[in-house]
Amino acid sequence: MLEIKNLHARVEGKDILKGLDFSVGAGQVHAIMGPNGSGKSTLAHVLAGREGYEVTEGSVRFDGQDLLALPPEERACLGVFLGFQYPVEIPGVSNLTLLKAALNARRKRNGQPEIDPADFLAWVRDRAKLVKIDPKMLSRGVNEGFSGGEKKRNEILQMLVLEPRLMILDETDSGLDIDALKIVSDGINAMRSPQRATLLVTHYQRLLDYVQPDRVHVLARGHIVRSGGPELARELEARGYGWLEAA
Amino acid sequence: MATQETEIRELMKRREYGAGFVTAIESETVPPGLSEDVIRLISAKKGEPEWLLEFRLKAYRRWLKMTAPQWAHVQYPPIDFQAISYYSQPKSHKAGPKSLDEVDPKLLETYKKLGIPLREQEMLAGVAVDVVFDSVSVATTFKKKLAEAGVIFCPISEAVQEHPELVRKYLGSVVPFGDNYYAALNTAVFTDGSFVFIPRGVRCPMELSTYFRINERNTGQFERTLIIAEEGSQVSYLEGCTAPQRDENQLHAAVVELVALDDAQIKYSTVQNWYPGDEQGRGGIYNFVTKRGDCRGARSKISWTQVETGSAITWKYPSCILRGDDSVGEFYSVALTNNRQQADTGTKMIHVGKNTRSTIVSKGISAGQGQQSYRGLVRVLETAANARNYTQCDSLLIGDRCGAHTFPYTEVRNPTAQLEHEATTSKIGEDQLYYCRARGISEEEAVSMIVNGFCKEVFKELPMEFAVEAGKLLAVSLEGAVG
Repeated sequence: MLEIKNLHARVEGKDILKGLDFSVGAGQVHAIMGPNGSGKSTLAHVLAGREGYEVTEGSVRFDGQDLLALPPEERACLGVFLGFQYPVEIPGVSNLTLLKAALNARRKRNGQPEIDPADFLAWVRDRAKLVKIDPKMLSRGVNEGFSGGEKKRNEILQMLVLEPRLMILDETDSGLDIDALKIVSDGINAMRSPQRATLLVTHYQRLLDYVQPDRVHVLARGHIVRSGGPELARELEARGYGWLEAA
Repeated sequence: MATQETEIRELMKRREYGAGFVTAIESETVPPGLSEDVIRLISAKKGEPEWLLEFRLKAYRRWLKMTAPQWAHVQYPPIDFQAISYYSQPKSHKAGPKSLDEVDPKLLETYKKLGIPLREQEMLAGVAVDVVFDSVSVATTFKKKLAEAGVIFCPISEAVQEHPELVRKYLGSVVPFGDNYYAALNTAVFTDGSFVFIPRGVRCPMELSTYFRINERNTGQFERTLIIAEEGSQVSYLEGCTAPQRDENQLHAAVVELVALDDAQIKYSTVQNWYPGDEQGRGGIYNFVTKRGDCRGARSKISWTQVETGSAITWKYPSCILRGDDSVGEFYSVALTNNRQQADTGTKMIHVGKNTRSTIVSKGISAGQGQQSYRGLVRVLETAANARNYTQCDSLLIGDRCGAHTFPYTEVRNPTAQLEHEATTSKIGEDQLYYCRARGISEEEAVSMIVNGFCKEVFKELPMEFAVEAGKLLAVSLEGAVG
């Protein structure tokens, strides 16, 4: 589903990714781990299409399509979803307004009519229950005055509502207490299906206790220094990243 | 990140002005220049009574001794008042139309381009429209239905003829002839505008609406609006404004006076889309307007709502004098400045009576190299026990070359007064746009969504059908900008 080949990327004139190769098949969950500054978040933003993240070499294909040629909104409409590490506040624009605009953008692209407002509301409320978001919060400004945990749950809600095919979750687990971590993990697991792929960008093992990855890749200084099964994550938890960075 | 900035700038630059066309109609225009003779000519053409001519001349003589205000945060070359023609009327309308059928079809076509098909409005919307084309009102609809309710809604020049006692009693009673430079000029040379009178206890059966439009080259427009709401009456009035695209600047110096007696309510809404000039700042309207409401009676209420997206320069402070006890003044404003537009706008709330309350909600949006200032005065006199004011002043910046400034003034002479002031400045950040785009929403739609969210509190004060229109106008103003 996602094929990354020899990916090099530069941010503000600095080379961050220096030749990544890996593929995520449909139905799989891959974890990208690594120390701070290793390029994990850069990878997430390169896949989502953030301006200023310049790809200098290599290719990314999503269902065989050249992902890098598309602007962010088209990638999203194809089914790429980025769960932000730092979700952005948009005062005055309600969560419902954002979700509706996002859903209708997809529908428009697929030649479908806009979603019926009543169906939309019922759908969002149903999804909100999964992540224990109070329906009242849906009418509030996007992430406006939300706590760190609420923001992360809101990212998962958006994912559940939009039903993407490739989910990239950038440190969604950071800053969560154990209850919130459980809710977020349930949300991610609810989305697992043979038609979808997931990329979990994380610093810690603990999310992986709840969401079993098929593969784990360790990123250090812009390279994948090791790939393995779920056991690699546990090894990292025990030994830290130092031994790999030195390698 | 620099690319993003450049791109936003590029996107904001283009702004199509849909109303920039000129109607080819022969008009009768007085040669440029201002003198007592010109004023006498205007007055004579309108067949005005002696007292009104005297009123004009008094204002003119005062104006000669005044100087243009310099304190506003706007910049423009001095205006040559002798280069302006002070009177223009379409030739075919000398006698004045009796009904829409007598109106020049070309004029009606003009209004259609502006999106106000009079006939359709007559039939469908139930909105009575008094259209001011250059200086002469050419069509007044629904007059009959309003007359049945006892409401008078007509061009002010007609009111001078038909209801001289009312005009004489109230004209200049809210904005005195020498109030300020542009008000004095208006008083001297005003040619037309609307007159509204709602008698005691009457709730006006429909929204009243006026579209002003400047068509003739080099004519200033000096309209004069007077609205009187007698005891216990209510009225909602909306004005919309556009002007054709020209390279020269044009002056628009209007005066609006509102009078609310005991328990009366006036809601005055403006959607202003005057030509803003091109992206280099050539052309566009100078909108120097004095708007003031007098809550003369107890428990009266005057509410100003404005959505301003046009004009090269705006200098405008719709105000309320809260004279009656328990009277209420409100000001809700959205102002957008793009490209080289400049706006110095805000309000004045003068608390005179006891238990008077005022609310100010100002939303300023600056894009391109637009410069915008909020200037607001809250004055509480000794007599105004328990006065309350709430002021909220928010600025939204798009791009990094525009500016937002806030100049709040307060003068409190009664210790029981309570004033609250909140102000925020935010920026449509590239992170917000990226976030929306990562959800599948285009940049253009994202900007429009964020701006509309920002203006929500003001839009909800507009009459429903105009709230939709205002939202669209804002989207269009930014669409050219973001597309």
